[in-house]
Amino acid sequence: MKPSGFRYAVPTSLAAAIAVRAEAEDSVILAGGQSLIPTMNFRLANPQVVIDLSRVPGLDGIEVSGGTVRVGAMARQRAVERDPRVHAANPLIRETLRHVAHPVIRNRGTVCGSLAHADPAAELPALLAATRGSVTAQGPGGRRVIPAAEFFEFIFTTSLEPEEILVAAEFPALEPGEGWAFAEFARRHGDFAVAGVAATLLLGDDGRIRRARLAACGVSHVPVVLTECEELLAGQAPTPDVFAEAGRLAQGAVTVADDSTTTAAYRRHVLAGVVEKTLRTALSRTGERR
Amino acid sequence: MTETTAATEATEYGPDDLVEIEVEVNGTVVREKVPPRLLLSDFLRHRLRLTGTHVGCEHGVCGACTVHIDGEPARSCLTFAAQAHGHRVETVESLAAEDGTLHPVQRAFKECHALQCGFCTPGFLMSVAALIRDRDDLRTASDEEIREQIAGNICRCTGYLNIVAAVRRAAELAGETTHETTPDERG
Repeated sequence: MKPSGFRYAVPTSLAAAIAVRAEAEDSVILAGGQSLIPTMNFRLANPQVVIDLSRVPGLDGIEVSGGTVRVGAMARQRAVERDPRVHAANPLIRETLRHVAHPVIRNRGTVCGSLAHADPAAELPALLAATRGSVTAQGPGGRRVIPAAEFFEFIFTTSLEPEEILVAAEFPALEPGEGWAFAEFARRHGDFAVAGVAATLLLGDDGRIRRARLAACGVSHVPVVLTECEELLAGQAPTPDVFAEAGRLAQGAVTVADDSTTTAAYRRHVLAGVVEKTLRTALSRTGERR
Repeated sequence: MTETTAATEATEYGPDDLVEIEVEVNGTVVREKVPPRLLLSDFLRHRLRLTGTHVGCEHGVCGACTVHIDGEPARSCLTFAAQAHGHRVETVESLAAEDGTLHPVQRAFKECHALQCGFCTPGFLMSVAALIRDRDDLRTASDEEIREQIAGNICRCTGYLNIVAAVRRAAELAGETTHETTPDERG
């Protein structure tokens, strides 16, 4: 199908983009368009104003400094995936991106666009949640940093104000020795998953788990930090039994109902397996990065 | 009305306004006026009559509309024509040489019978053309790996067996044409 008509704004500065957004009653930001345009083609979204960020200079930056990977609003997923500095600072980012749709989609899609779209089945919101990342929003009143925990509110809904623009996302680098893994189960590679999990695992000098971080996609109305699993794992020896117990605990995070292809019971079953798998993989990578 | 205000540094177009775009399509610069909501796929097909680009699902799932934007494969149904302003687009029509000599990917698909109805083929050709350009390990890649690489394109006829074979063959042919001259094979 074709999108319905809209006002098309092409700002050449961020201030101008914000001015248009502040004035418009119902505007959307066009970055890569790989989530927005399908919803417009389906007419699930019929925005009055589309603000194209592509002519705003300086938004496609990818910076790695001070223990943070900072991704600008127009940085394409493919560019982030290929960036060796990003990979050196936090290899979980590349591993997660490789599960986002297909390479052809990632050539156009942006990291920030996926976060702002806030599809709870998408991988990148879970990555931001697991790594305790944040986004930077800019509006008429200036900039503010929103932690992942306060950003995702509901399906396709974030705490961004209507006049704000998400200008960057920040992912903390991994600690030395911290293990990482992203895994998901989908019917076809590149599809939205039945369940997906991003995890990091840090061991103490005594070989016990000092810190585990996990977040899941596809299971609820937002990306879910698996808090109970994290609490269970902290202080434990990283054994298969403990990982299996974490998988069982994670099942409580599933709140989506049965859909046409997947029952909630099946989703819980898959989630438990994916949690175990990511923990095993993350464990095998602890100590790999110095 | 179209309005540009220096103070806000933003050009705004109404739904019925036309956006002037300049796009390099298959090596030729075209200047056209397009409504904001016109998709690049429809621009290529209806305006430029480049009907090799096919439109299947129109929401980015099937891959039939894949073209190259600035050299990288992209869904033309998930891009507005206005976004292509100032960029370079290549369609399936650009693959064969002027004298009709087929591109290695086209030769491989022909040799391996990697198409039946042909609807998905332009999208596959554009995706695979970029794939063999970017990767030199496809000749020895496993079927599974090749299938993963082409998972963004859907074919309802072939069952993919011959398409996987064609990807490998295309990599071989591309290796021959870039690394050694094989005039005989060009026939």
